[in-house]
Amino acid sequence: MDKLLAWVDARFPLTATYKAHLSEYFAPKNFNFWYFFGSLALLVLVIQIVSGIFLTMHYKPDADLAFASVEYIMRDVPWGWLIRYIHSTGASAFFIVVYLHMFRGLIYGSYRHPRELIWIFGVLIFLVLMGEAFFGYLLPWGQMSYWGAQVIVNLFATVPFIGEDLSILIRGDFVVSDATLNRFFAFHVIAFPLVLLGLVVVHLVALHEVGSNNPDGVEIKQNKDPVTHQPVDGIPFHPYYTVKDILGVVVFLMVFSAIVFFAPEMGGYFLEANNFIPADPLKTPEHIAPVWYFTPYYAVLRAVPPIFGSQFPGVAAMGVAVMIFFALPWLDKAKVKSIRYRGATYKWFLAAFVVAFIGLGYLGILPATPLYTWISRILSVVYFAFFLLMPWYTDSSRPGKANAKWFLIALVVSAIGVVLNAAQAKPLPYLTEILFFIHVACFVLMPFYLKGDQTKPEPQRVTFK
Amino acid sequence: MSDTNVDKSKRRFLVMASSAVGGIAAAGTAIPFVVSMMPSARALAAGAPVEVDLSKIEPGALLTVEWRGKPVWIVSRTKEMLDLLGKHDDKLTDPQSDNSNQQPDYCKNPTRSIKPEYLIAVGICTHLGCSPTYRKEVGAADLGADWPGGFFCPCHGSRFDLAARVFNGSPAPTNLVIPPHKYLSESKVLIGEDTKA
Repeated sequence: MDKLLAWVDARFPLTATYKAHLSEYFAPKNFNFWYFFGSLALLVLVIQIVSGIFLTMHYKPDADLAFASVEYIMRDVPWGWLIRYIHSTGASAFFIVVYLHMFRGLIYGSYRHPRELIWIFGVLIFLVLMGEAFFGYLLPWGQMSYWGAQVIVNLFATVPFIGEDLSILIRGDFVVSDATLNRFFAFHVIAFPLVLLGLVVVHLVALHEVGSNNPDGVEIKQNKDPVTHQPVDGIPFHPYYTVKDILGVVVFLMVFSAIVFFAPEMGGYFLEANNFIPADPLKTPEHIAPVWYFTPYYAVLRAVPPIFGSQFPGVAAMGVAVMIFFALPWLDKAKVKSIRYRGATYKWFLAAFVVAFIGLGYLGILPATPLYTWISRILSVVYFAFFLLMPWYTDSSRPGKANAKWFLIALVVSAIGVVLNAAQAKPLPYLTEILFFIHVACFVLMPFYLKGDQTKPEPQRVTFK
Repeated sequence: MSDTNVDKSKRRFLVMASSAVGGIAAAGTAIPFVVSMMPSARALAAGAPVEVDLSKIEPGALLTVEWRGKPVWIVSRTKEMLDLLGKHDDKLTDPQSDNSNQQPDYCKNPTRSIKPEYLIAVGICTHLGCSPTYRKEVGAADLGADWPGGFFCPCHGSRFDLAARVFNGSPAPTNLVIPPHKYLSESKVLIGEDTKA
């Protein structure tokens, strides 16, 4: 056995790779719950690739055959229902895990120097994943697949000047048709998975180059044992974190299996009811909502009214809402990375962002009534304020007088507006509009009055709570 | 190999020149791949004109035919419907059909049609491409007492009247598209082709 290993090692760096990335890759010893989701994302990726390969064996990417071939998988292919439900549940699980993984990066400052590139590769993975999910959703060729794709592709048609041709290029036809289905299949099973795998590799290579961040934001490589030259706050990834991650995998698979076996449609959130009706290009369903993981961005889209007869501003706002994650490493001016050593102002902003994100996600599922549109506008302002005001509120040297209490004003104003809208009361003309502008002004004027977030010093060594 | 006796400016020139030529070649090679994604000859042929017999449509009814894969509506408008058309111009975004992209010139008139009794329009909402529903009942409960009959888009709530003109405050920015069409006889219409071509 040793001889075989030596033979391989002389020709391929097997042992060296194993040591560099597993047995002698030192990770901080204070990882907590939030550090499960990176390895879980990798697990879901494998689940999706394997289940996807087996679905491809029975699926037919043809507008006349696609819907029936999915029914065939569900009814006639042995265990086909299980493989399909694993794949459809896996899609939602992927986004749950990735959103939590991104939130971990947010609270512990994992996007900060020197990990900017890890973050950028990660945001690219997020973008490709959204494309992958969108392409995959057309394949069952149900009503929701069809009209969802129709609406999303038409978003591109709103781009000034080139939009109309761009949307025809994407569809390969004047409406979503067989040509569209065929190419979305190609993107879903070949193009995007290849890009996704490549991005996952560079994400991990960049991570192992600079080393993992941790809940204290301490750089463990700056404190090495003089004899062994290993970080004193680090432990080898294998066996310590492989064992820890296996625990996460077991718990995750328990929840995952429970959904696959008992609630694969998840009350219409993972698989929408309208998608059990074959696509009909001549009849739009009563209410179109995207799958849950797109709804925060869909709500942003609907919150922006058409300007100068063009829907483009809403589309642009939605695009910026996703792309703005790229800028995060350069927006944050704080001296510390982790939320543990940040002050109240940052925590208020983060809490407001989480409320806005979840609130927008919920509103994106509901039909667009004037009240919901108004709430979406308020929450969209909060969403963007979290990013765009970050250079000011994270800069602890900013001298302003007020602290986070000013949030309460924006909050109260918004609440009054919501109540007035719900009651459809208009005590004064344009009152809700005026309240909206006060809400916006509270944020826009913040750089002038807000005192920068007061951070505590980071410790030298990692801590345990 | 040592770099001491190398003509570096010549090397730089060669690297730049070969990169530029290679880049142009790569861009040229990309063209067939990108163009292959445009509608195929078959998809273009499916855009052939459609002939429709109007005599079978009952007054007030809507017939949907498919042209270029899109739903095209033909509504046989009754006299009552036509009478109501002129009464809400102040609530419309473009009552005079001034946006010339939305209809051929011969349909730039108050009823947006060649023959007032037949509305022929592409049933795709100009907002994000859903297909609105035909709601001809005047004053429908869910659409308000002043609803004059028309089309309601379930996706994002755009409203259109029976000349496919958009009401103010709808997410849709423009009126629905009137496709090119011509009458072959009293009761036969050809959708997708007009006399000007």
